[in-house]
Amino acid sequence: MYNEKVMEAFKNPKNVGEIENYDGLGKVGNASCGDIMQITLKIENDVIVDAKFKTFGCAAAIATSSTATQMVIGMTIDEALKLTNKKVVEELEGLPPQKIHCSVLAEEAIKAAIEDYQNRKAGKVTPDKIDMV
Amino acid sequence: MKRIYLDHAATTPLDGRVFEKMSPYFMDVYGNANSQHSFGRDAQKAVDQARDQIARLIGAKPGEIYFTSGGTESDNWALKGVVKAHKNKGNHVIISKIEHAAMLSTARELEKDGVEVSYIDVDEQGFIDLDQLKKAIRPTTVLISCMYANNEIGTIEPIEEIVKIAKEHGILVHTDAVQAMGAIDVNVSALGVDLLSFSAHKFNGPKGIGALYIKNGIPMDRLISGGHQERTRRGGTTNVPGVVGFAEALRLTKENMQKDNEYVASLRDRFVQRVTAEIPFVKLNGARDMAKRLPSNADFSFEYIEGESILFSLDMDGIAVSSGSACSSGSLEPSHVLLAIGLSEEIAHGTIRFSFGKENTVEEVDYVVDTLKATIRRLREMSPLFNLKGEIKDV
Repeated sequence: MYNEKVMEAFKNPKNVGEIENYDGLGKVGNASCGDIMQITLKIENDVIVDAKFKTFGCAAAIATSSTATQMVIGMTIDEALKLTNKKVVEELEGLPPQKIHCSVLAEEAIKAAIEDYQNRKAGKVTPDKIDMV
Repeated sequence: MKRIYLDHAATTPLDGRVFEKMSPYFMDVYGNANSQHSFGRDAQKAVDQARDQIARLIGAKPGEIYFTSGGTESDNWALKGVVKAHKNKGNHVIISKIEHAAMLSTARELEKDGVEVSYIDVDEQGFIDLDQLKKAIRPTTVLISCMYANNEIGTIEPIEEIVKIAKEHGILVHTDAVQAMGAIDVNVSALGVDLLSFSAHKFNGPKGIGALYIKNGIPMDRLISGGHQERTRRGGTTNVPGVVGFAEALRLTKENMQKDNEYVASLRDRFVQRVTAEIPFVKLNGARDMAKRLPSNADFSFEYIEGESILFSLDMDGIAVSSGSACSSGSLEPSHVLLAIGLSEEIAHGTIRFSFGKENTVEEVDYVVDTLKATIRRLREMSPLFNLKGEIKDV
């Protein structure tokens, strides 16, 4: 059901973990539906210099987390905010239709991490979006 | 890469002796068993012999065995056939909450047509709640159906008790014995059921052939309309090689049942013992009393990680297992069986079924445990839940 590129990203995911002293943290999903994605970003002068992920989810969720973090490193935050799940799926050369929602999660996690970064800069607290069950 | 098959509850490899027995019925004895000429009579003879043998092996009469395409058709037929033929008596059926999809989706279809269905709970080990079952009985109840052994968690249900309860009320009993037939010495007379589904490929027989046992004298409507096959109760040209292989597979299974069960259970027990001792945060689902569990079955929930990623990680190492998460089927719902035994959705998502077979070895079990340990550790290191709960330990 998965293509080789997806399986390779799942087998050898890049950027696994959590950045110490991150500038932005995004955590989205819901354990009861089987997917939680956490992305931490290191941002210098509004450019993403590092990204790491931790994911509870299926092979597609792990593969899209890995690919999305690879894609945003080097992007400005404006560029990263424009990263759509469609582009992540294209980078992976496609996902089975029932797995597209996993790539949406990657897009949302990056957006949430950038939002958190912007909130921190403005001295605000980002509300927790995770529904822990 | 060496591949290890631990998904015998999904299907089993065809036994070479079964294949040999079947092979003349593809190209040599190719007649239609319903034809009147010698080609047809030769095929009919093989079908009759197979039917006699299967009937004898399960304590039935040959006329009570109806060949079908497999377990799903048998389950569909049992439920729809009884309901349609008993419309005068009532329109209520009782089934367990942990039935196979073949029963559950048939029941839901019937509900749309106005049939009333009671779904009976199971306890945390998967045993049906007999008190609730008794209370669910109505004057209009026409059928009680409960699977003999569950395909996911391996729990063996108290069918004799259900039959006893049903008989007090004159209600028919069906059991889906698709998983049970290869592991339990099923005898329909001793059991007292009225209908029983089984399928050849679960015990080293061919795919695409199964049967429904229907006790003599039970009114039943047809599911598949057609010619005069199966005493005009099930249309369609008889799958002659399938039927021959089915009978041989059942004969071999019954002949070696005790020895095979002991061996398969010993592999399973070694696996369970090692996983429980060596991998933290795991839960064995199903009956705790191993005697009330299919010898092949070990069903584990691995906390903090998701089943499909475990499945594909093991698959990349050549190990074939099955996931209790239905995520891959497009729905995010975890297995109805795991929810019925009270698992949270989160835990249910991290569930893997390992089902052993007689061709597996101790070395394979050890290799799988070693690989599994590394897989679980790797995925947990990737999981945000493991971190959040502050339970990073030396695993």
